[in-house]
Amino acid sequence: MQVGSTLAEKILSARSGSVRKAGDIAIAAVDLAFVQDTTGPLAVRAFREAGFCELANPEKTVLFLDHAAPSPSWQLSNDHMSMRSFARETGCVLSDVGEGVCHQVVAERLARPGDVIVGADSHTVTAGGLGAFATGMGSSDIAVAFALGKTWFRVPESILITLAGKFCKGVYAKDLILYLIGRIGADGATYKALEFGGSGIAGMPVTDRLTVANMAVEAGAKVGLFPSDELTYQYLKAVGREADYKPLAADSDAEYLERIEIDLSALEPMVSKPHTVDNTVTASQLEGVKVDQVVIGTCTNGRLQDMEIAAAILKGRRRHPQTRLIVGPASPLVLREAIRKGYIDTLIAAGAIILPPGCGPCLGLHQGALGDDEICLSTANRNFKGRMGNPRGHIYLASTATAAASAVAGKITDPREVL
Amino acid sequence: MLKGRAFKFGDNISTDHIVPGRLAHLRSNLPELARHVLEDADPEFACKVKPGDFVVGGSNFGLGSSREHAPLVIKMAGVSAVLAKSVARIFFRNAINRGLPVLICDTDSINDGDELEVDMSGGTIKNMTSGRTITFKPIPDFMLSILNEGGIMPYIKKHGDFKL
Repeated sequence: MQVGSTLAEKILSARSGSVRKAGDIAIAAVDLAFVQDTTGPLAVRAFREAGFCELANPEKTVLFLDHAAPSPSWQLSNDHMSMRSFARETGCVLSDVGEGVCHQVVAERLARPGDVIVGADSHTVTAGGLGAFATGMGSSDIAVAFALGKTWFRVPESILITLAGKFCKGVYAKDLILYLIGRIGADGATYKALEFGGSGIAGMPVTDRLTVANMAVEAGAKVGLFPSDELTYQYLKAVGREADYKPLAADSDAEYLERIEIDLSALEPMVSKPHTVDNTVTASQLEGVKVDQVVIGTCTNGRLQDMEIAAAILKGRRRHPQTRLIVGPASPLVLREAIRKGYIDTLIAAGAIILPPGCGPCLGLHQGALGDDEICLSTANRNFKGRMGNPRGHIYLASTATAAASAVAGKITDPREVL
Repeated sequence: MLKGRAFKFGDNISTDHIVPGRLAHLRSNLPELARHVLEDADPEFACKVKPGDFVVGGSNFGLGSSREHAPLVIKMAGVSAVLAKSVARIFFRNAINRGLPVLICDTDSINDGDELEVDMSGGTIKNMTSGRTITFKPIPDFMLSILNEGGIMPYIKKHGDFKL
Protein backbone atom coordinates (compact mmCIF):
# COMPACT_ATOMS: atom_id res chain seq x y z
CA MET A 1 0.00 0.00 0.00
CA GLN A 2 1.26 3.43 -0.96
CA VAL A 3 1.98 5.53 2.13
CA GLY A 4 1.33 9.26 2.28
CA SER A 5 3.79 11.97 1.40
CA THR A 6 5.92 14.31 3.41
CA LEU A 7 5.89 18.00 2.50
CA ALA A 8 9.17 17.53 0.62
CA GLU A 9 7.80 14.57 -1.36
CA LYS A 10 4.57 16.43 -2.11
CA ILE A 11 6.22 19.53 -3.51
CA LEU A 12 8.86 17.70 -5.53
CA SER A 13 6.22 15.31 -6.92
CA ALA A 14 3.98 18.21 -7.95
CA ARG A 15 6.80 20.18 -9.57
CA SER A 16 8.35 17.17 -11.33
CA GLY A 17 5.03 15.84 -12.61
CA SER A 18 5.39 12.35 -11.19
CA VAL A 19 5.18 10.68 -7.79
CA ARG A 20 8.55 10.94 -6.08
CA LYS A 21 9.55 9.40 -2.79
CA ALA A 22 12.57 9.83 -0.54
CA GLY A 23 15.69 8.59 -2.29
CA ASP A 24 14.33 9.14 -5.83
CA ILE A 25 15.87 11.62 -8.22
CA ALA A 26 13.41 14.35 -9.28
CA ILE A 27 13.83 16.76 -12.16
CA ALA A 28 11.72 19.64 -10.88
CA ALA A 29 10.50 22.85 -12.47
CA VAL A 30 12.00 25.88 -10.73
CA ASP A 31 9.59 28.64 -9.69
CA LEU A 32 12.29 31.10 -8.65
CA ALA A 33 16.06 31.10 -9.13
CA PHE A 34 18.38 33.73 -7.73
CA VAL A 35 21.96 34.66 -6.97
CA GLN A 36 23.53 37.33 -4.78
CA ASP A 37 26.55 39.53 -5.35
CA THR A 38 29.20 37.15 -3.99
CA THR A 39 27.94 34.12 -5.97
CA GLY A 40 26.36 35.89 -8.95
CA PRO A 41 29.51 36.79 -10.90
CA LEU A 42 30.56 33.10 -11.02
CA ALA A 43 27.02 32.13 -12.10
CA VAL A 44 27.05 34.75 -14.86
CA ARG A 45 30.44 33.50 -16.00
CA ALA A 46 29.29 29.84 -15.99
CA PHE A 47 26.10 30.80 -17.86
CA ARG A 48 28.06 32.60 -20.58
CA GLU A 49 30.85 30.00 -20.83
CA ALA A 50 28.21 27.30 -21.36
CA GLY A 51 26.98 29.31 -24.35
CA PHE A 52 23.57 30.10 -22.83
CA CYS A 53 21.98 33.36 -23.98
CA GLU A 54 18.39 33.28 -22.81
CA LEU A 55 16.77 32.75 -19.44
CA ALA A 56 13.96 30.22 -19.11
CA ASN A 57 11.90 32.65 -16.98
CA PRO A 58 13.35 36.18 -16.85
CA GLU A 59 10.65 37.41 -14.47
CA LYS A 60 11.45 34.52 -12.07
CA THR A 61 15.20 35.08 -12.23
CA VAL A 62 16.55 37.56 -9.70
CA LEU A 63 19.98 39.04 -9.06
CA PHE A 64 20.34 40.47 -5.54
CA LEU A 65 23.06 42.95 -4.62
CA ASP A 66 22.91 42.61 -0.83
CA HIS A 67 26.10 41.12 0.59
CA ALA A 68 28.29 44.11 -0.19
CA ALA A 69 25.67 46.82 -0.07
CA PRO A 70 26.88 49.47 -0.56
CA SER A 71 30.13 48.08 -1.91
CA PRO A 72 33.27 48.51 0.24
CA SER A 73 35.77 47.93 -2.61
CA TRP A 74 36.32 48.61 -6.28
CA GLN A 75 36.46 44.88 -7.04
CA LEU A 76 32.99 44.29 -5.58
CA SER A 77 31.73 47.44 -7.34
CA ASN A 78 32.93 45.91 -10.60
CA ASP A 79 31.08 42.69 -9.72
CA HIS A 80 27.95 44.77 -9.18
CA MET A 81 28.44 46.42 -12.58
CA SER A 82 28.73 43.05 -14.31
CA MET A 83 25.56 41.82 -12.62
CA ARG A 84 23.62 44.96 -13.54
CA SER A 85 24.76 44.52 -17.11
CA PHE A 86 23.65 40.84 -17.12
CA ALA A 87 20.23 41.95 -15.86
CA ARG A 88 19.93 44.52 -18.66
CA GLU A 89 20.97 42.00 -21.33
CA THR A 90 18.72 39.16 -20.21
CA GLY A 91 15.72 41.05 -18.86
CA CYS A 92 15.86 39.39 -15.45
CA VAL A 93 14.96 41.15 -12.21
CA LEU A 94 17.61 43.19 -10.40
CA SER A 95 17.31 43.92 -6.69
CA ASP A 96 19.97 46.60 -6.33
CA VAL A 97 22.07 47.81 -3.41
CA GLY A 98 19.82 48.98 -0.58
CA GLU A 99 16.80 46.97 -1.69
CA GLY A 100 17.24 44.35 1.00
CA VAL A 101 18.62 40.94 1.95
CA CYS A 102 17.67 38.37 -0.69
CA HIS A 103 15.90 35.99 1.70
CA GLN A 104 13.82 38.75 3.28
CA VAL A 105 12.79 40.12 -0.12
CA VAL A 106 12.00 36.59 -1.34
CA ALA A 107 9.73 36.11 1.69
CA GLU A 108 8.03 39.48 1.35
CA ARG A 109 7.52 39.54 -2.41
CA LEU A 110 8.20 36.27 -4.18
CA ALA A 111 7.95 32.93 -2.34
CA ARG A 112 4.69 31.01 -2.51
CA PRO A 113 3.65 27.85 -0.66
CA GLY A 114 4.50 24.82 -2.81
CA ASP A 115 7.15 26.63 -4.88
CA VAL A 116 10.52 25.16 -5.75
CA ILE A 117 13.08 27.90 -5.09
CA VAL A 118 16.82 27.63 -5.67
CA GLY A 119 19.35 30.29 -4.76
CA ALA A 120 23.12 30.58 -4.83
CA ASP A 121 23.11 31.21 -1.11
CA SER A 122 22.87 28.57 1.58
CA HIS A 123 20.20 30.47 3.52
CA THR A 124 17.76 30.14 0.63
CA VAL A 125 16.12 27.62 3.00
CA THR A 126 14.50 30.64 4.72
CA ALA A 127 11.48 30.49 2.37
CA GLY A 128 10.65 27.06 3.82
CA GLY A 129 8.91 29.14 6.50
CA LEU A 130 6.25 29.86 3.87
CA GLY A 131 5.99 26.24 2.72
CA ALA A 132 8.33 26.54 -0.27
CA PHE A 133 10.87 23.83 -1.10
CA ALA A 134 13.73 26.32 -1.04
CA THR A 135 17.37 25.35 -1.00
CA GLY A 136 20.85 26.69 -1.62
CA MET A 137 23.12 25.55 -4.45
CA GLY A 138 26.31 26.72 -6.10
CA SER A 139 26.70 29.19 -8.94
CA SER A 140 26.88 26.54 -11.71
CA ASP A 141 23.68 24.81 -10.58
CA ILE A 142 21.89 28.14 -10.54
CA ALA A 143 23.27 29.06 -13.97
CA VAL A 144 21.73 25.83 -15.28
CA ALA A 145 18.42 26.60 -13.52
CA PHE A 146 18.50 30.10 -15.09
CA ALA A 147 18.84 28.55 -18.56
CA LEU A 148 16.67 25.43 -18.32
CA GLY A 149 14.08 26.50 -15.72
CA LYS A 150 14.59 23.23 -13.86
CA THR A 151 17.05 21.40 -11.67
CA TRP A 152 17.61 17.96 -10.18
CA PHE A 153 17.14 16.86 -6.60
CA ARG A 154 17.56 13.69 -4.64
CA VAL A 155 14.25 13.69 -2.76
CA PRO A 156 15.29 13.93 0.89
CA GLU A 157 14.15 11.77 3.76
CA SER A 158 12.36 13.95 6.31
CA ILE A 159 12.80 14.36 10.04
CA LEU A 160 9.57 15.49 11.68
CA ILE A 161 9.97 18.05 14.45
CA THR A 162 6.74 18.11 16.43
CA LEU A 163 6.30 21.28 18.46
CA ALA A 164 3.94 21.57 21.41
CA GLY A 165 3.12 24.39 23.81
CA LYS A 166 4.13 28.05 23.66
CA PHE A 167 7.34 29.97 24.24
CA CYS A 168 7.72 31.43 27.74
CA LYS A 169 8.41 35.14 28.09
CA GLY A 170 11.93 35.96 26.85
CA VAL A 171 12.18 32.82 24.69
CA TYR A 172 11.88 33.05 20.91
CA ALA A 173 12.01 31.09 17.66
CA LYS A 174 15.79 31.66 17.54
CA ASP A 175 16.17 29.84 20.85
CA LEU A 176 14.17 26.91 19.42
CA ILE A 177 16.39 26.51 16.37
CA LEU A 178 19.64 26.96 18.35
CA TYR A 179 18.37 24.33 20.81
CA LEU A 180 17.46 21.93 17.99
CA ILE A 181 20.84 22.32 16.24
CA GLY A 182 22.61 21.80 19.56
CA ARG A 183 20.60 18.65 20.08
CA ILE A 184 21.01 17.02 16.64
CA GLY A 185 24.39 18.53 15.70
CA ALA A 186 25.72 20.60 12.81
CA ASP A 187 25.42 17.52 10.58
CA GLY A 188 22.35 16.06 12.28
CA ALA A 189 20.13 16.59 9.23
CA THR A 190 22.65 16.41 6.36
CA TYR A 191 20.86 15.61 3.04
CA LYS A 192 17.56 15.51 4.96
CA ALA A 193 14.49 17.73 5.17
CA LEU A 194 13.53 19.14 8.54
CA GLU A 195 9.74 19.34 8.60
CA PHE A 196 7.95 21.16 11.40
CA GLY A 197 4.50 20.32 12.71
CA GLY A 198 2.46 19.86 15.85
CA SER A 199 0.13 22.11 17.81
CA GLY A 200 2.98 24.50 18.64
CA ILE A 201 3.20 25.91 15.11
CA ALA A 202 -0.32 27.34 15.38
CA GLY A 203 1.13 29.98 17.70
CA MET A 204 4.18 30.60 15.56
CA PRO A 205 3.75 33.41 13.01
CA VAL A 206 5.60 33.32 9.69
CA THR A 207 8.24 35.74 10.95
CA ASP A 208 9.22 33.08 13.53
CA ARG A 209 9.01 30.28 10.97
CA LEU A 210 11.38 32.15 8.67
CA THR A 211 13.95 32.37 11.51
CA VAL A 212 13.68 28.63 12.16
CA ALA A 213 13.76 27.61 8.48
CA ASN A 214 16.69 29.99 7.87
CA MET A 215 18.93 27.94 10.13
CA ALA A 216 17.88 24.46 8.93
CA VAL A 217 21.08 24.47 6.85
CA GLU A 218 23.12 24.86 10.05
CA ALA A 219 22.07 21.30 10.88
CA GLY A 220 23.05 20.31 7.32
CA ALA A 221 19.44 20.12 6.09
CA LYS A 222 18.46 20.57 2.46
CA VAL A 223 15.25 22.33 3.50
CA GLY A 224 13.40 23.43 6.62
CA LEU A 225 9.70 23.15 5.80
CA PHE A 226 6.60 24.46 7.50
CA PRO A 227 3.05 23.67 6.37
CA SER A 228 1.06 26.49 4.79
CA ASP A 229 -1.88 27.42 7.04
CA GLU A 230 -3.95 30.31 8.37
CA LEU A 231 -0.84 32.11 9.66
CA THR A 232 0.75 31.79 6.20
CA TYR A 233 -2.39 33.39 4.76
CA GLN A 234 -2.19 36.22 7.28
CA TYR A 235 1.45 36.92 6.41
CA LEU A 236 0.83 36.88 2.66
CA LYS A 237 -2.19 39.16 3.11
CA ALA A 238 -0.13 41.60 5.17
CA VAL A 239 2.42 41.90 2.34
CA GLY A 240 -0.35 42.25 -0.27
CA ARG A 241 -0.05 38.75 -1.73
CA GLU A 242 -3.08 36.84 -0.50
CA ALA A 243 -3.61 35.50 -4.03
CA ASP A 244 -0.36 33.55 -3.61
CA TYR A 245 -1.78 31.58 -0.69
CA LYS A 246 -2.64 27.93 -0.88
CA PRO A 247 -2.91 25.46 2.00
CA LEU A 248 -0.28 22.76 2.16
CA ALA A 249 0.33 19.97 4.68
CA ALA A 250 2.03 16.61 4.83
CA ASP A 251 -0.19 13.54 4.74
CA SER A 252 -0.99 12.12 8.16
CA ASP A 253 0.47 8.74 7.12
CA ALA A 254 3.69 10.18 5.69
CA GLU A 255 6.86 8.29 6.53
CA TYR A 256 9.59 10.02 8.49
CA LEU A 257 13.13 8.92 9.11
CA GLU A 258 12.92 10.20 12.66
CA ARG A 259 10.53 12.11 14.91
CA ILE A 260 11.65 14.65 17.50
CA GLU A 261 9.24 16.25 19.97
CA ILE A 262 9.94 19.61 21.54
CA ASP A 263 7.93 21.35 24.25
CA LEU A 264 8.30 25.06 23.50
CA SER A 265 7.39 26.02 27.07
CA ALA A 266 10.44 24.11 28.38
CA LEU A 267 12.96 26.08 26.27
CA GLU A 268 15.31 28.72 27.63
CA PRO A 269 17.29 31.51 25.94
CA MET A 270 20.13 29.74 24.09
CA VAL A 271 23.55 30.85 22.83
CA SER A 272 25.91 29.15 20.34
CA LYS A 273 29.53 29.53 21.37
CA PRO A 274 32.44 29.84 18.92
CA HIS A 275 33.16 28.28 16.42
CA THR A 276 30.27 25.97 15.50
CA VAL A 277 26.52 26.57 15.61
CA ASP A 278 25.86 23.31 17.49
CA ASN A 279 28.07 24.44 20.38
CA THR A 280 25.02 25.61 22.33
CA VAL A 281 24.44 26.36 26.00
CA THR A 282 21.81 28.40 27.82
CA ALA A 283 22.42 32.16 27.98
CA SER A 284 22.50 31.94 31.78
CA GLN A 285 25.52 29.59 31.57
CA LEU A 286 27.48 32.37 29.84
CA GLU A 287 26.46 35.24 32.10
CA GLY A 288 29.32 37.66 32.46
CA VAL A 289 31.13 37.01 29.17
CA LYS A 290 32.20 40.50 28.04
CA VAL A 291 30.88 41.57 24.63
CA ASP A 292 32.66 44.11 22.38
CA GLN A 293 30.04 44.21 19.64
CA VAL A 294 26.38 43.29 19.33
CA VAL A 295 24.77 42.77 15.91
CA ILE A 296 20.99 42.66 15.47
CA GLY A 297 19.77 41.95 11.95
CA THR A 298 20.59 39.66 8.97
CA CYS A 299 18.34 37.16 7.19
CA THR A 300 17.86 35.34 10.50
CA ASN A 301 16.65 38.19 12.73
CA GLY A 302 16.34 41.41 10.73
CA ARG A 303 12.56 41.57 10.59
CA LEU A 304 10.09 44.08 12.06
CA GLN A 305 9.42 41.83 15.05
CA ASP A 306 13.15 41.93 15.84
CA MET A 307 13.23 45.73 15.68
CA GLU A 308 10.22 45.76 18.02
CA ILE A 309 11.84 43.37 20.52
CA ALA A 310 15.12 45.30 20.46
CA ALA A 311 13.36 48.65 20.88
CA ALA A 312 11.26 47.34 23.79
CA ILE A 313 14.38 46.25 25.68
CA LEU A 314 16.48 49.31 24.77
CA LYS A 315 13.78 51.93 25.44
CA GLY A 316 15.05 54.26 28.14
CA ARG A 317 18.32 52.35 28.33
CA ARG A 318 21.65 52.76 26.61
CA ARG A 319 24.24 50.41 25.22
CA HIS A 320 27.19 49.72 27.52
CA PRO A 321 29.97 52.26 26.80
CA GLN A 322 32.39 49.46 25.83
CA THR A 323 29.91 47.66 23.58
CA ARG A 324 29.13 48.70 20.02
CA LEU A 325 25.54 48.09 18.91
CA ILE A 326 24.90 47.53 15.19
CA VAL A 327 21.34 47.13 13.89
CA GLY A 328 20.55 46.15 10.30
CA PRO A 329 16.90 45.97 9.19
CA ALA A 330 16.75 43.29 6.48
CA SER A 331 14.65 45.19 3.93
CA PRO A 332 13.40 48.70 3.13
CA LEU A 333 9.92 47.55 4.17
CA VAL A 334 11.25 46.56 7.61
CA LEU A 335 13.24 49.80 7.91
CA ARG A 336 10.34 52.06 6.94
CA GLU A 337 7.91 50.29 9.27
CA ALA A 338 10.47 50.42 12.08
CA ILE A 339 10.86 54.17 11.50
CA ARG A 340 7.10 54.67 11.37
CA LYS A 341 6.59 52.80 14.63
CA GLY A 342 9.36 54.73 16.38
CA TYR A 343 11.65 51.73 16.91
CA ILE A 344 14.56 53.23 15.00
CA ASP A 345 14.40 56.44 17.03
CA THR A 346 14.48 54.38 20.24
CA LEU A 347 17.42 52.34 18.99
CA ILE A 348 19.43 55.40 17.96
CA ALA A 349 18.72 57.01 21.34
CA ALA A 350 20.11 53.84 22.91
CA GLY A 351 23.35 54.28 20.98
CA ALA A 352 22.72 51.94 18.04
CA ILE A 353 24.32 52.29 14.62
CA ILE A 354 21.65 51.72 11.95
CA LEU A 355 22.88 50.00 8.77
CA PRO A 356 21.21 50.18 5.36
CA PRO A 357 19.16 47.08 4.43
CA GLY A 358 21.65 44.34 3.53
CA CYS A 359 23.70 41.52 5.00
CA GLY A 360 25.81 43.90 7.08
CA PRO A 361 28.79 42.48 8.99
CA CYS A 362 27.49 38.88 9.03
CA LEU A 363 29.96 37.47 6.55
CA GLY A 364 32.99 39.62 7.30
CA LEU A 365 32.97 41.90 4.30
CA HIS A 366 32.41 45.24 6.00
CA GLN A 367 30.32 47.23 8.49
CA GLY A 368 31.71 45.65 11.64
CA ALA A 369 34.69 43.32 11.13
CA LEU A 370 36.11 42.11 14.44
CA GLY A 371 39.49 43.00 15.89
CA ASP A 372 41.85 40.40 17.36
CA ASP A 373 40.23 38.50 20.25
CA GLU A 374 37.14 40.67 20.10
CA ILE A 375 33.84 39.06 21.05
CA CYS A 376 30.67 39.62 19.07
CA LEU A 377 27.18 38.54 20.07
CA SER A 378 25.13 38.34 16.90
CA THR A 379 21.61 37.40 15.83
CA ALA A 380 23.05 35.96 12.59
CA ASN A 381 23.24 32.27 11.78
CA ARG A 382 26.96 31.43 11.67
CA ASN A 383 29.83 31.68 14.12
CA PHE A 384 32.54 29.92 12.14
CA LYS A 385 36.15 30.86 12.66
CA GLY A 386 36.91 33.82 10.39
CA ARG A 387 33.27 34.46 9.62
CA MET A 388 33.20 38.12 10.63
CA GLY A 389 36.38 39.21 8.91
CA ASN A 390 38.98 37.91 11.36
CA PRO A 391 39.97 34.33 12.28
CA ARG A 392 41.01 35.72 15.67
CA GLY A 393 37.51 36.99 16.44
CA HIS A 394 34.92 35.12 18.51
CA ILE A 395 31.25 34.99 17.56
CA TYR A 396 28.35 33.99 19.80
CA LEU A 397 24.84 33.56 18.34
CA ALA A 398 21.61 34.37 20.15
CA SER A 399 18.09 35.78 19.86
CA THR A 400 17.37 39.46 19.35
CA ALA A 401 16.24 39.80 22.99
CA THR A 402 19.45 38.22 24.31
CA ALA A 403 21.46 40.48 21.98
CA ALA A 404 19.67 43.64 23.11
CA ALA A 405 19.91 42.77 26.82
CA SER A 406 23.62 41.98 26.39
CA ALA A 407 24.25 45.29 24.61
CA VAL A 408 22.95 47.13 27.68
CA ALA A 409 24.93 45.06 30.17
CA GLY A 410 28.10 44.85 28.03
CA LYS A 411 28.19 41.13 28.73
CA ILE A 412 26.10 38.10 27.82
CA THR A 413 22.80 38.41 29.65
CA ASP A 414 19.67 36.27 29.90
CA PRO A 415 16.97 38.65 28.55
CA ARG A 416 14.46 37.46 31.16
CA GLU A 417 16.42 39.59 33.64
CA VAL A 418 15.37 42.82 31.90
CA LEU A 419 11.92 41.96 30.52
CA MET B 1 44.95 5.96 -10.36
CA LEU B 2 45.30 9.19 -8.33
CA LYS B 3 48.52 9.56 -6.36
CA GLY B 4 49.61 12.18 -3.89
CA ARG B 5 50.24 13.29 -0.36
CA ALA B 6 47.54 13.64 2.30
CA PHE B 7 46.94 17.02 3.93
CA LYS B 8 44.97 16.19 7.05
CA PHE B 9 42.39 18.54 8.52
CA GLY B 10 39.96 18.10 11.43
CA ASP B 11 36.17 18.01 11.68
CA ASN B 12 33.87 20.84 10.58
CA ILE B 13 36.15 22.52 8.04
CA SER B 14 33.77 25.27 6.85
CA THR B 15 33.70 27.20 3.60
CA ASP B 16 34.96 30.12 5.70
CA HIS B 17 38.13 28.13 6.44
CA ILE B 18 38.49 27.46 2.70
CA VAL B 19 37.64 30.91 1.24
CA PRO B 20 36.61 33.40 3.94
CA GLY B 21 34.07 36.15 3.27
CA ARG B 22 36.68 38.84 3.90
CA LEU B 23 38.20 37.81 0.52
CA ALA B 24 34.91 38.21 -1.35
CA HIS B 25 36.49 41.02 -3.36
CA LEU B 26 38.82 38.44 -4.95
CA ARG B 27 36.06 36.13 -6.17
CA SER B 28 36.23 37.44 -9.72
CA ASN B 29 40.04 37.03 -9.64
CA LEU B 30 40.20 33.27 -9.13
CA PRO B 31 44.00 32.82 -9.46
CA GLU B 32 44.50 35.37 -6.67
CA LEU B 33 41.73 33.84 -4.55
CA ALA B 34 43.29 30.39 -4.98
CA ARG B 35 46.48 31.63 -3.30
CA HIS B 36 44.46 31.80 -0.07
CA VAL B 37 42.92 28.30 -0.28
CA LEU B 38 42.21 26.85 3.19
CA GLU B 39 44.11 29.77 4.70
CA ASP B 40 42.15 29.87 7.96
CA ALA B 41 42.69 26.12 8.56
CA ASP B 42 46.39 25.99 7.54
CA PRO B 43 48.06 29.23 6.40
CA GLU B 44 50.91 27.20 4.79
CA PHE B 45 48.68 24.86 2.78
CA ALA B 46 48.65 26.89 -0.45
CA CYS B 47 52.47 26.92 -0.56
CA LYS B 48 52.89 23.25 0.32
CA VAL B 49 50.24 21.55 -1.82
CA LYS B 50 51.38 19.93 -5.09
CA PRO B 51 49.36 18.71 -8.07
CA GLY B 52 47.75 15.37 -7.30
CA ASP B 53 47.69 15.81 -3.50
CA PHE B 54 44.63 15.07 -1.35
CA VAL B 55 42.69 17.17 1.13
CA VAL B 56 41.65 14.82 3.94
CA GLY B 57 39.00 16.02 6.36
CA GLY B 58 37.05 14.58 9.25
CA SER B 59 33.29 14.83 9.55
CA ASN B 60 31.03 17.47 7.95
CA PHE B 61 33.70 18.81 5.59
CA GLY B 62 32.68 21.95 3.67
CA LEU B 63 29.79 23.01 5.88
CA GLY B 64 28.39 26.49 5.51
CA SER B 65 28.05 28.72 2.51
CA SER B 66 26.95 27.80 -1.02
CA ARG B 67 30.09 29.43 -2.42
CA GLU B 68 31.26 27.22 -5.27
CA HIS B 69 34.58 29.02 -5.02
CA ALA B 70 35.43 26.64 -2.15
CA PRO B 71 35.76 23.41 -4.18
CA LEU B 72 36.90 25.47 -7.17
CA VAL B 73 40.03 26.85 -5.46
CA ILE B 74 40.78 23.42 -3.95
CA LYS B 75 40.70 22.04 -7.48
CA MET B 76 42.76 24.96 -8.82
CA ALA B 77 45.42 24.12 -6.20
CA GLY B 78 45.85 20.81 -8.02
CA VAL B 79 44.11 18.66 -5.41
CA SER B 80 42.92 15.44 -7.07
CA ALA B 81 40.23 14.52 -4.52
CA VAL B 82 38.77 15.45 -1.15
CA LEU B 83 38.49 12.57 1.32
CA ALA B 84 36.26 12.93 4.38
CA LYS B 85 34.18 10.95 6.85
CA SER B 86 31.17 13.03 5.83
CA VAL B 87 30.61 16.11 3.71
CA ALA B 88 28.10 18.96 3.73
CA ARG B 89 25.43 18.75 1.05
CA ILE B 90 26.10 21.92 -0.95
CA PHE B 91 29.87 21.46 -0.92
CA PHE B 92 29.43 17.89 -2.19
CA ARG B 93 27.21 19.01 -5.04
CA ASN B 94 29.48 21.94 -5.92
CA ALA B 95 32.61 19.77 -5.92
CA ILE B 96 31.07 17.22 -8.29
CA ASN B 97 29.76 20.09 -10.44
CA ARG B 98 33.36 21.29 -10.77
CA GLY B 99 34.78 17.83 -11.48
CA LEU B 100 36.43 17.46 -8.07
CA PRO B 101 35.84 13.95 -6.61
CA VAL B 102 34.70 13.81 -2.99
CA LEU B 103 35.23 10.39 -1.46
CA ILE B 104 33.46 9.37 1.74
CA CYS B 105 35.59 7.03 3.82
CA ASP B 106 36.93 6.49 7.32
CA THR B 107 39.80 8.98 7.33
CA ASP B 108 40.91 8.24 10.92
CA SER B 109 43.71 5.95 9.73
CA ILE B 110 45.17 8.59 7.42
CA ASN B 111 47.83 10.87 8.87
CA ASP B 112 49.10 14.18 7.58
CA GLY B 113 51.88 13.53 5.08
CA ASP B 114 50.85 9.97 4.19
CA GLU B 115 51.26 9.00 0.54
CA LEU B 116 47.98 7.73 -0.94
CA GLU B 117 46.92 5.95 -4.11
CA VAL B 118 43.23 6.15 -5.01
CA ASP B 119 41.66 3.68 -7.40
CA MET B 120 38.52 5.52 -8.52
CA SER B 121 36.93 2.59 -10.34
CA GLY B 122 37.92 0.00 -7.74
CA GLY B 123 36.72 2.16 -4.85
CA THR B 124 39.87 1.75 -2.78
CA ILE B 125 42.41 4.03 -1.16
CA LYS B 126 45.83 2.50 -0.54
CA ASN B 127 47.92 4.20 2.11
CA MET B 128 51.49 3.68 0.84
CA THR B 129 52.92 4.99 4.13
CA SER B 130 51.02 2.68 6.49
CA GLY B 131 50.36 -0.13 4.04
CA ARG B 132 46.63 -0.12 4.86
CA THR B 133 43.89 -0.15 2.25
CA ILE B 134 40.46 1.35 2.91
CA THR B 135 37.36 1.59 0.74
CA PHE B 136 35.22 4.62 -0.06
CA LYS B 137 31.44 4.80 -0.50
CA PRO B 138 30.39 4.72 -4.15
CA ILE B 139 29.44 8.15 -5.53
CA PRO B 140 25.66 8.09 -6.29
CA ASP B 141 25.01 7.14 -9.94
CA PHE B 142 23.52 10.43 -11.09
CA MET B 143 26.35 12.44 -9.53
CA LEU B 144 28.90 10.04 -11.01
CA SER B 145 27.45 10.69 -14.46
CA ILE B 146 28.06 14.43 -13.89
CA LEU B 147 31.56 13.84 -12.50
CA ASN B 148 32.46 11.59 -15.42
CA GLU B 149 31.72 14.46 -17.83
CA GLY B 150 34.03 16.73 -15.82
CA GLY B 151 31.25 18.64 -14.09
CA ILE B 152 27.75 20.03 -14.57
CA MET B 153 28.58 22.50 -17.36
CA PRO B 154 30.32 19.94 -19.62
CA TYR B 155 27.46 17.54 -18.76
CA ILE B 156 24.75 20.00 -19.82
CA LYS B 157 26.72 21.06 -22.91
CA LYS B 158 26.88 17.42 -23.99
CA HIS B 159 23.35 16.30 -23.13
CA GLY B 160 21.46 19.61 -23.35
CA ASP B 161 19.36 18.49 -20.37
CA PHE B 162 19.36 16.20 -17.31
CA LYS B 163 19.34 12.55 -18.39
CA LEU B 164 18.00 10.07 -15.85
